[in-house]
Amino acid sequence: MSEQDLTARLIDLAAKRFKKSAESLKSDDDFFQALGIDSMQAMELLTEIEEHFEVEVPDYELQGVTTFAGLAEVVKRRVP
Amino acid sequence: MSRTFEGKTLRFSHVGSALEVVLNRAPCNEIGLETLTELEVLANYVRDGASGARAMIFYSEIPTGFSAGADLKALYTGIVERRAKGMTMAAATQEVRSFLDRIHSVFNAFDMAPFTTIAATHGVVFGGGFELALTCDVIIADKSARFCFPELRLGLVPGFGGIPRLSRDVGNAVVRDLLLTGRSLNATRAHEVGLVSQLVARGEVLAATRALATQTARFDAATTTTAKTFMKPIPTEQLANEKALFTMLFTSPIVEAALAKFFHSTDVRPYLP
Repeated sequence: MSEQDLTARLIDLAAKRFKKSAESLKSDDDFFQALGIDSMQAMELLTEIEEHFEVEVPDYELQGVTTFAGLAEVVKRRVP
Repeated sequence: MSRTFEGKTLRFSHVGSALEVVLNRAPCNEIGLETLTELEVLANYVRDGASGARAMIFYSEIPTGFSAGADLKALYTGIVERRAKGMTMAAATQEVRSFLDRIHSVFNAFDMAPFTTIAATHGVVFGGGFELALTCDVIIADKSARFCFPELRLGLVPGFGGIPRLSRDVGNAVVRDLLLTGRSLNATRAHEVGLVSQLVARGEVLAATRALATQTARFDAATTTTAKTFMKPIPTEQLANEKALFTMLFTSPIVEAALAKFFHSTDVRPYLP
């Protein structure tokens, strides 16, 4: 799966979870701002991602990650 | 006679054969002095046998999760207030030690309860909240649950008995992973490593927990107590060591600096040192 496809899937997943329109979200959006979420809800998103892609993503790898594209880069390393 | 309790941070009542404890303190059941005082009411009731209850269930009504752990904001303001009063570090440390002694007494009472205890978890199960769940005989988790020991981010180790209790239940590699990385484990992984006994769909944890409580009530009460005492010894020496370690680390300026950063942060992103 390309990083671009992965980013699109992450956007779909986040949009569904936080009831946003996927079309309104862009790969370089700050996902905290775009989704209007806080740190606790970010944990929910992490759980959704891990469940959906059947991977584990250590929290510390997300330090400093703010965009969907950045998120895809981290998740891609974990997808077999 | 069975009793009910309605506190500011939690309430408990008998539902069928089980004593149900509902945690409900916003934002996510942080454990401070008020919660501790109410947990002490519960612990005394448990020590007295909880009117013959056959099981005890802990669950949270807060959507975010079971508990985010110790009340770090109260911990920090406590440090600041003590300093303003001119309290010495030795006296402040003694206060922390006293808090720990009280929480350990309460958690030991839950751990040794003469009936089956179950933590029904969802969402955030962090720090002291995780340590509360670890006092229980069985942890049931819905798929949203995440388990974490974030204490090293603050320059501390878990202080409510988490390390000895987790070591009692799972392998040392898992304990080190959680402790030394500060990462959170999702419910599926926690189930795989044996920390979580049952994994259920989102929103189904209370129903599954009540079904288990009903099942345990079918067994002979004395046999249950005997089996539990045999299989779940209190790790007394390790608990004392952990308390001493926490108290020693608490005196470091690293802790106050980390707490100050946490207290003053207005960032919506997860707190990281």
